[in-house]
Amino acid sequence: MGIFEAILLTVITAATPLVLAAIGELVTERSGVLNLGVEGMMVMGAACAFIATQQTGSPYVGILAGIASGALFSLLFGFLTLTLVANQVATGLALTILGLGVSGMIGESYVGQSGIKLPQIVFPILSDIPFLGPLLFRQDLIFYLSIALVAGVHWFLFRSRAGLKLRSVGDSHSSAHALGINVIRTRYLAVMFGGACAGLAGAQLSLVYTPQWAENMSAGRGWIALALVVFASWRPWRIVAGGYLFGAVSISQLYAQAFGIGIPSQFLSALPYLATIVVLILISHNRRMTLINTPAALGKAFVPDR
Amino acid sequence: MSAEGEPANSPLLAVGQLTKLFGTFAACDGINLDIRPGEIHALLGENGAGKSTLVKMLFGVLAPTSGEIIWQGQAVRINSPSTARKLGIGMVFQHFSLFEALTVAENIALSMNPGVSLSRIAKEASDLSHAYGLPLDPNAHVADLSVGERQRIEIVRALLQNPKLIILDEPTSVLTPQEADRLFETLNKLKAEGRSVLYISHRLEEVQRICDRATVLRHGKVTGACDPRKETPSSLARMMVGSDVAHVSAEGTSAKGAVKLEARHLSASARTPFAVSLKNICLKVHAGEVLAIAGVAGNGQGELFDALSGEYPVANDDVILIADKPVGTRGINARRLMGAGFVPEERHGHAAVSALSLSDNLVLARSQSDRRAFLGGGVLGLIRQDAVKMAAKRISEAMDVRKSGENPPAGSLSGGNLQKFIVGRELDRQPTVLIVNQPTWGVDAGAASRIRQALVDLAKSGSAVLVISQDLDEIFEVATEIAVISEGRLSDIYPASDLSREKIGLLMGGMYGKTGTAETAHAH
Repeated sequence: MGIFEAILLTVITAATPLVLAAIGELVTERSGVLNLGVEGMMVMGAACAFIATQQTGSPYVGILAGIASGALFSLLFGFLTLTLVANQVATGLALTILGLGVSGMIGESYVGQSGIKLPQIVFPILSDIPFLGPLLFRQDLIFYLSIALVAGVHWFLFRSRAGLKLRSVGDSHSSAHALGINVIRTRYLAVMFGGACAGLAGAQLSLVYTPQWAENMSAGRGWIALALVVFASWRPWRIVAGGYLFGAVSISQLYAQAFGIGIPSQFLSALPYLATIVVLILISHNRRMTLINTPAALGKAFVPDR
Repeated sequence: MSAEGEPANSPLLAVGQLTKLFGTFAACDGINLDIRPGEIHALLGENGAGKSTLVKMLFGVLAPTSGEIIWQGQAVRINSPSTARKLGIGMVFQHFSLFEALTVAENIALSMNPGVSLSRIAKEASDLSHAYGLPLDPNAHVADLSVGERQRIEIVRALLQNPKLIILDEPTSVLTPQEADRLFETLNKLKAEGRSVLYISHRLEEVQRICDRATVLRHGKVTGACDPRKETPSSLARMMVGSDVAHVSAEGTSAKGAVKLEARHLSASARTPFAVSLKNICLKVHAGEVLAIAGVAGNGQGELFDALSGEYPVANDDVILIADKPVGTRGINARRLMGAGFVPEERHGHAAVSALSLSDNLVLARSQSDRRAFLGGGVLGLIRQDAVKMAAKRISEAMDVRKSGENPPAGSLSGGNLQKFIVGRELDRQPTVLIVNQPTWGVDAGAASRIRQALVDLAKSGSAVLVISQDLDEIFEVATEIAVISEGRLSDIYPASDLSREKIGLLMGGMYGKTGTAETAHAH
């Protein structure tokens, strides 16, 4: 395997959690809910996935635990913002702080343990394709899931009736209510999907990226995922483009630093953010399309007037 | 049990003692109403009479506090819009329940049986819309459509359910006269098919033209049930308002004075993708004139108001002149200081801050133009509460603003009373130029006639008044000159006496006479 392939493999590993967390948040925001707690749900997912794996010896149980913990944690957010109509921004921030704290506490005794890495699933013939084979068909389950989820979300949002209802709730919840769509239930489901995806992204961190547990190991990836959703103008495949671009530039700049190119390291570290912003601004310059894709009811609380 | 076996004139829908309380306030109070098969039934009433509350209960959006709804002889509970649709009730809302970001077909699909594919819905909607004379492109995004086209979506959406009863809430308020005629043809087609229509309106002329029976509401109670064709407009108005409405008198309008407000080839590009750009607008308003700008909503009225008021100044100074001084690049306060006054369209959140008291709202608008009267303390700009409250009281008395308490929050006033206060706030300064956008939108008839009379009186006293309005009745009541705005272009200005409704309707559709410019050139 050449150095180029090795770099690309690390890029995929770095991009997958971003794509996962962002695609979940995209569905949540398309329903009109702004959940800023992605970071918190992600780190909870990482902790629970690692703990479950250590306890049972099966990383697949770990994946389920990560998904479940993210979804449960988002349920708390849903209860506060949808049922009790608390402010979404404040609740989301609180969720992040709570997630970082709780995960640090429950994971304390696991710090420094070496974990079990999620095994690769090798597709027989496809993986023998030169160059692409090892990159795309010699990967772990979570990578395959991430791509399947993006395709599934795209199909769901733009081809299925349920997805149409979800978009309508995000565009105008009072109109959706007037049509007899259950706004609150739709949003609960969307929030929990977002939580499950963030939890899965966390599981990827503690089972694939670095198979161990460290406090605060999500390291701001939840925030990057949030930004990706906005810059991707709420369109699923653009999340992949943005996530992989971010991953590619952040890995390349690490190599660049290692090879000692004479550019200040601070600038190189900032490069992934700059590159992602520039590219995503360029692809979302069509204001009309952006406006049509932006959920108009984003962050607005819904209280039926009964 | 079915409707077929019953005599033809037994009601399709009967409502008995239907009541809806919001707290202790009865929005609907013991309403009785029956709708027969195959009739167009009018529900008449002022804003706030309880019409919308009543139909929301019939459509399952609101739950009644007490009373009964009988559908085809059986008592029913309609607890959601989908229940209403299953029974055979379709609804076209006044404020459309459409999703701007979705296409026409997607909007329709949302209220349809989920088993039907989107492409089939698109085809059916397109066919049906053409059959009823309401053509629609199913793949267009709603955001790109005119208000009239949006209403068609609502109607087609209701018709696709094959309803027995269709409820239309103020359908013509957003249409040109020609579009309204087309709608009436559609309604007659529906009636001929044996469907019933519940037609909500406060426009007496239409009700008399197309409705078979009418029920009149006032303050949540039924005040009359009649055959509108046998009534006169004034007898219907009395049932609606409870007293005779003062007639606006424009007589004795003073002769034209100097030009006070002028736009010279004003153009402005659209600020947002869904806004309208202004194209080469020329207008002059003389002292003593009321120039009314007619047009269907969304044709650049808001943008024109923004440019003329200075909310969004334009690039060149000399395209807008107030009292012969170029002001195009100046902001709203600079223009106020030159003697202009402005009343924007939206009462809440634009013309007034709902949560603030009337006196605070007064300071917000006039802190610069009446700095000496309202602010003290030199550079500190402390508010002189006593002076401001006195002024607020003066305005309330002059415009007959009815309010609870001395200085209540703006949001606690009814639409009509708040609008009277907002218009009065400008009139109180005796502005030499007044620009008003939709002065009586959603305002009850009494307040509307008060506001219109005030605008006429201001012009008579020698000011130049520009009124932007969608309401043709209002335009003919107040205007001395009329122009029509369509897709950001302004027609020539005609003396009000030279224009008929039909002519205005043609201008609204953007159909200018080819010789229009030449004609006016001769007239001058």
